[in-house]
Amino acid sequence: MEVKDIRIRNMKYEDFNDNEYLENYVNELKENGVNVFVGTFSDIINWGRSNSVWPLTFATSCCGIEFMCVGAARADFARFGWEVTRNSPRQADVIFVCGTIVHKMAPVLKRLYDQMAEPKYVIAVGSCAIGGGPFKKSYHVLKGVDEIIPVDVYVPGCPPRPEAMLYGMMQLSRKIKVQNFFALSEKSVKHKSEK
Amino acid sequence: MYSFKDITDGIDSILHLFLNDTFATLAELILAGLALIGAYAVLALTLIYAERKICAAFQCRIGPSRTGKWGVFQTVADMIKILFKELIRLDHNDRFLFRVAPFIVIIASMCTFAALPFAKNLHAIDFNMGVFYLIAVSSLGVIGILLAGWSSNSKYTMIGAMRSGAQLISYEISAGLSLLAVVILSGTMKISEIVEQQSEMWFIFRGHVPAIIAFFTYIIAGHAETNRGPFDLPEAESELTAGYHTEYSGIQFGFYYLAEYLNMFIVAAIAAVMFFGGWMPLHVSGWDGFNYIMDCIPSFIWFFGKTFACVFIALWVRWSFPRLRIDQLLNFEWKILMPICLINIILMSLIVVF
Amino acid sequence: METLEKRLSTLEYVSVENEDDRTTVTVAPEKVLELAKILRYEEKYDFLFDIVGMDYGDEGFGVIYYLSQTENPARLTAVKTRTGSREKNELDSVCEIWESANVYEREVYDFFGIIFINHPDLRRIFLRTDWNGYPLRKDYDFESNSIPVHNELIPDMETSHSVYMHEGHEEDVTRSLFDSNEYVVNFGPQHPAMHGVLHLRVSIEGEEVKNIDPNFGYIHRGIEKLCESYTYPQILHLVDRLDYLSGTMNRHAVCLCCEKALGLEVPPRAQYVRTIIDELTRIASHLLGWGCMCMDMGSITAFVYGMRDREKIMDIFEETAGGRLMPNYNIIGGIARDINPNFIRRVKEFIPYMRKMLKEHHILFTGNPIATGRMKKIGYLSKERAITTGATGPSSRASGWSNDLRKIKPYSAYDKVDFDEVLRTGGDTFDRYIIRLDEIEQSLRIIEQLIDNIPEGAFAAKTGAIIRLPKGEFIQRVENARGQFGVHIASEGGKTPYRVKFRSPSLVLVNALKEIVPRHKIADLIMIGASLDYVIPCIDR
Repeated sequence: MEVKDIRIRNMKYEDFNDNEYLENYVNELKENGVNVFVGTFSDIINWGRSNSVWPLTFATSCCGIEFMCVGAARADFARFGWEVTRNSPRQADVIFVCGTIVHKMAPVLKRLYDQMAEPKYVIAVGSCAIGGGPFKKSYHVLKGVDEIIPVDVYVPGCPPRPEAMLYGMMQLSRKIKVQNFFALSEKSVKHKSEK
Repeated sequence: MYSFKDITDGIDSILHLFLNDTFATLAELILAGLALIGAYAVLALTLIYAERKICAAFQCRIGPSRTGKWGVFQTVADMIKILFKELIRLDHNDRFLFRVAPFIVIIASMCTFAALPFAKNLHAIDFNMGVFYLIAVSSLGVIGILLAGWSSNSKYTMIGAMRSGAQLISYEISAGLSLLAVVILSGTMKISEIVEQQSEMWFIFRGHVPAIIAFFTYIIAGHAETNRGPFDLPEAESELTAGYHTEYSGIQFGFYYLAEYLNMFIVAAIAAVMFFGGWMPLHVSGWDGFNYIMDCIPSFIWFFGKTFACVFIALWVRWSFPRLRIDQLLNFEWKILMPICLINIILMSLIVVF
Repeated sequence: METLEKRLSTLEYVSVENEDDRTTVTVAPEKVLELAKILRYEEKYDFLFDIVGMDYGDEGFGVIYYLSQTENPARLTAVKTRTGSREKNELDSVCEIWESANVYEREVYDFFGIIFINHPDLRRIFLRTDWNGYPLRKDYDFESNSIPVHNELIPDMETSHSVYMHEGHEEDVTRSLFDSNEYVVNFGPQHPAMHGVLHLRVSIEGEEVKNIDPNFGYIHRGIEKLCESYTYPQILHLVDRLDYLSGTMNRHAVCLCCEKALGLEVPPRAQYVRTIIDELTRIASHLLGWGCMCMDMGSITAFVYGMRDREKIMDIFEETAGGRLMPNYNIIGGIARDINPNFIRRVKEFIPYMRKMLKEHHILFTGNPIATGRMKKIGYLSKERAITTGATGPSSRASGWSNDLRKIKPYSAYDKVDFDEVLRTGGDTFDRYIIRLDEIEQSLRIIEQLIDNIPEGAFAAKTGAIIRLPKGEFIQRVENARGQFGVHIASEGGKTPYRVKFRSPSLVLVNALKEIVPRHKIADLIMIGASLDYVIPCIDR
């Protein structure tokens, strides 16, 4: 599959940063023998998934306020179909880790992630979620959420602007579009049998 | 006036060409069922899209815009996503009831949906106790909600389900009593006859004050029955995270989501049928030219136009009012709404008798 | 103050020092309770502002109590005590005298391991129960705790632990918080209406709340310990992130504290701009508070309207300071850069716009019968209870307690403007709701008076490249959007402070929740919480 086919409306392929990440991602899938099957069915599923990503309402600190701004009138993430914020992790597709994760919160976040249904994605918002931010030297702060859960997109900033979060969302959409439904399901079957 | 009789008769005769009577009827039943399911899904998706766009307009936003022109395929994307989402299996719960509960909710709303007259001669279930049937079947949904809350084995869902039970059972009374007022006025329970009787003038105009009161009480009670704001206590987001369906994921949650919107449509449709003549065009006796022009508009447009107007009122209320508290909610029903309905029935009887 | 000095001079175990705005009383640890009773019941010191725990190294641990009278709220009295050696870490609890001491003493216990005898509920407040060591002690080992992967085991029937003195011996007593037959529901840490990561354990009977127990610490970042290793200008950036909705006010407090210690004269231009920015932040914060309150009541449209108006303020900040939520604008000595040429025009455009929108908000929401029905006569907090629980800010002014520091003890340009301290007497949720909208109007008045009169001149005073505060202890209070925010800095004369303590107005507000909520419905719990408008990262620090 040509990665350049991954289109986001009103944004050119060249305008995105980190395109090589997606290209490498697809190549890696191919090399590892995962059949990147470009069927119409797969395309339709990916189209549906990438355009309907429902976030979990989860915010620990400052970035949560900017996340609210993304939902409000000015930035309006409803345009991308993301506005159905679910309060129950079972129904959410993506978790925006908005804010610092401290030691006491870490198991809670991990449990929330475990409670979400597949396919699930994680966006680390703000420098605290990425690497501890200004509190890196503290005795009670996690140095990045990727220590406990896998992260798909990092959105830097302290706190990031709403536009930055929208950009992060678009990047996640692109990533979902190159994923393969059938390959994923095979993987999860394997995972289950290993258990 | 355009009638669906030609189409339905056509299908009937084609089926009779190569099937005997029994199988032809069976085939028709299956076809009608499939058509209803299709209509159900399409309507639910339309309603969800409409709500998202309308609420965006209320809130100075744009709403979905990336999927297709004006984002019209947004809900299709949602549906695809939700179909392929993992269904989570819980431990320590009643697994059978947990799986069955969403189906009960969707079957109850499906049965009610089937009894609606969509257009002239396009009416699947029509018998002499139509109104009674509507009230009876629409109240089945609460069982699904109660089971969902109980079988999830979670405290939030339990509180949500209990709230829902109290709320639905109370407001059913008012909804039923308001419809009773119309039944008294029309003298029949058969839905097609109720619609026919409004060919001269809709009941809301013909029934004087009691019909208007009945309309408002029905809209309020019906709104409460659909669990939508300001009566959305069973799934009060800020209190109970997601209420009775907190533990559901994937398409099981999708069923609740669809049923919620379709129930809103059903309540609006019943209001349109009982008070605004359903698919019956606006007729004013004596104004023949006017009546003729009105007849040129197809009947299903009348039906859906009226229904969507009622849906719009529901959305408007939903996005402007805060939520009630449980004691206020029950007080309102038992101390205000139900006495009004009872007095209204007496008034209506007096008007019909004299 | 003479009466206090006269009264205290009769006691031989205290020494009194007087500074220009503060009286410091030093007392032996055994006599703290006795002195506290005298101050509370004879001298009417009814408001406990804060308790600061201190680690004096070889001289043991210490505690500073900041007290104030409601009749004379401008003056703070500090009561200091130190245990004398590191082995001795017991003090008498003052919980029965000032109720707000409950959480403060738990905090000191959590950070320093000082045991308060007779405290009714001496659990850790922020850190996990299985945490090793006391992090704010100077000899704390940073490596002693690893990242936990399992949830903290906190059973519904958790016990509280206290230490009593019984015939000269210490005696541990535990009692359970909830009865075994109570139905306990967890609200939070991930809950849409908890405004962050507060964890409330609520025991309910049907829909009625019987008892609640707040559990903090899910966003405890250890800012106070971090400050000890950062220089003063670096600290400013952490302060913004305490109560991020009134970040500029918090930052203002630290700047004022450092400037006072350094004896720095801030140019009038900086003072005016700081005041304007503070008030804009207050409006933004109240708008968000108002919106969240409406959202918790189920009216999401109001929330979006609040955020829409807030964006206008964010635009002004962005243009002048470069940041939206965190303008990073105040620095020690003034402001970081001069105002943007558009600033005055933008602010002037904003004032009539906001007035118009306020009217709309009143029409949209305040007049709504469901909203008023939900708020009136719900969640009553009396003036006396507000004082004893230590609740400040709009939430206590709704109960009729006048405690606005902008009036009582004006700082920056507040003494040059004419505005009203909004006071209401109802003390219910509706009063706490309406007072925020009224305060927006007052803030607009303040901005209106200042915006045309910003004096010309320098925007920041000259400071050295490295800022060293003189040896001593300094405290500064400002009125932020949630109440009295306090900064206590103890300096040894170096580049970094010896100890920094922030007084969070939100912490006591959550404690007030415990007082107000029982016998209300679950829906009211959410409403009352929203009306108190606490910010969790400010509590946890």
